Amino acid sequence: MTTVSATTTRTVEPDRRLPALGGFCLGVLRIELRRVLRNRRTLAFTLIMPGVFFLIFGLPQGGQSLGNGRPVTAYVMISLAVYAAMVATTSVGGAVATERALGWSRQLRLTPLRPIAYVATKLATAMTLGLLAVVVEFLVGAAAGVRVPAYVWLLSGLAAWVGSLVFAAFGLFVGYLVPAENVMQIIGPMLAVLAMFGGLFVPVEVLPDVLQQVAKFTPVYGVGVLARAPLTGDGVSVAGVANMVCWALVFGIGAARLFRRDTARV
Amino acid sequence: MTSTHPAVELDGLTKSFGALTAVDGLSLRVRPGEVVAFLGPNGAGKTTTIDMLLGLARPDAGTVRILGGTPDDAVAHGRVAAVLQTGGLLKDLTVGETVEMSSHFYRHTRPVAEVLERAGIADIAGRVVGRCSGGQQQRLRFALALLPDPDLMVLDEPTTGMDVEGRRDFWQALRRDARAGRTVIFATHYLDEADAYADRIVLVRQGRIVADGTTAEIKNLAAGRTVRATLPGADQAALAALPGVDAVEVRGDSVLVRTGDSDALARHLLTRTAARDVEITSRNLEDAFLALTTAQTGA
Ligand SMILES: Nc1ncnc2c1ncn2[C@@H]1O[C@H](COP(=O)(O)OP(=O)(O)O)[C@@H](O)[C@H]1O
Ligand SMILES: [Mg+2]
Repeated sequence: MTTVSATTTRTVEPDRRLPALGGFCLGVLRIELRRVLRNRRTLAFTLIMPGVFFLIFGLPQGGQSLGNGRPVTAYVMISLAVYAAMVATTSVGGAVATERALGWSRQLRLTPLRPIAYVATKLATAMTLGLLAVVVEFLVGAAAGVRVPAYVWLLSGLAAWVGSLVFAAFGLFVGYLVPAENVMQIIGPMLAVLAMFGGLFVPVEVLPDVLQQVAKFTPVYGVGVLARAPLTGDGVSVAGVANMVCWALVFGIGAARLFRRDTARV
Repeated sequence: MTSTHPAVELDGLTKSFGALTAVDGLSLRVRPGEVVAFLGPNGAGKTTTIDMLLGLARPDAGTVRILGGTPDDAVAHGRVAAVLQTGGLLKDLTVGETVEMSSHFYRHTRPVAEVLERAGIADIAGRVVGRCSGGQQQRLRFALALLPDPDLMVLDEPTTGMDVEGRRDFWQALRRDARAGRTVIFATHYLDEADAYADRIVLVRQGRIVADGTTAEIKNLAAGRTVRATLPGADQAALAALPGVDAVEVRGDSVLVRTGDSDALARHLLTRTAARDVEITSRNLEDAFLALTTAQTGA
């Protein structure tokens, strides 16, 4: 008894070639972004909270100037833009933990999507949200009266954004390390501490001497220094670049190794 | 359709977890177009076998060929698709977005709208997955499996946890999309599902195949009836010699006889012996299933 009866007959064999770019494409990116922007928690922590922080902690310092005459409010704004971008990229990267916990990664392994294309999609999504976070913070600053030369907006913004790639890798690293659905509850407090050491909430110079020395080796420090360099006129410090590159390597290689372990057949 | 390769070729497949041998030298060959039920109780090794079949797990020993190639090849070219027992969905995407996103992972797929329609979830395309019932999520997984128009469709207990109506809807959706040449393998521990939807039933127990045949053949395994009677001092050998008798068991004053000709046996018992309380019961597929899939005790 054939109860599952054939109702259709395929006349042409479907196109069975591999997907272009391993399945990485704008269509997926668009859905991923929509998904991220639908998440109230992500919006609150990446787009709203840093802006509110600026209004609370930055605005009261209006009128004060840095050593080179530039406004202190710009210093605060750029620091918070770095913070916003890093939270944004970390949360997107860390979302792989949720997807692994839910079993979606397993589902994906039954499609032609290449694992590397999956990671590329996550990075692209993270960087898009990171860019949005920087732009929103700058808009809040500009609306609240921050005035700096155009090149400062551009270079500081660029540094904050590019530097957040380190944290996209950090997010992926943690995401592949802990298969927990609510990984951001672990990462969130970690980011706050790192931001503190990176001088994003208060200048590193106000920390006790020992902590200042420690701070120089923490992952946010380099990005913070580089993003503020166009404003402070300090120039691009070797220590800042070295810090950023080293942490990018640490998290990048760490994430890659865990990723390979994750996709290995058991 | 044009392929001359078997859809599935498992040879000596073995997989252990510590001391437990979950799949034990299992070999199976499935022809293109067959609809095969992989029937067995929980823990029989169905999921472990399917994981190896799809390349999600590596066998300790043995080989897997699907559609003439490796599982990875078949997956990469969209020739095999599966509805997993444990495959997750993203709760914060809508049903439609989930299908659309997955469609981008292939070079070419059937239209998203068509697949949603086929799976019977077109009306809930806008619903967030986290708000869908278990049955709706299962049909979404099915929709994802339909996308590449696969030559081989594997379903691991696709209706577990669904109510009767949900199960019926699910199988209707599968039937609606059946096409000539597509091979379907589904694992189930529901006997009636295997009976109703498969051309061929493969019974598994403790990682091994204990019976394999068309639904009718499997039913024949269980054909015949059991005749029970009270007959002190029954002559076991004489009864066993009667035509049609398969097995005779004496339990105290009772005798149990499995036979293909219960009428002849009953006549014999009532006319030639002192038997009384004669009961005739037919064995059904359920009995065969139980007999074949539970550990043999004695006899
Ligand atoms: N990852 C695992 N680790 C240890 N034991 C496992 C694992 N997966 C399955 N098993 C065991 O292997 C046996 C077969 O399991 P499974 O293939 O899931 O059976 P089925 O799908 O037929 O219910 C069971 O006894 C199960 O407990
Ligand atoms: Mg199972």
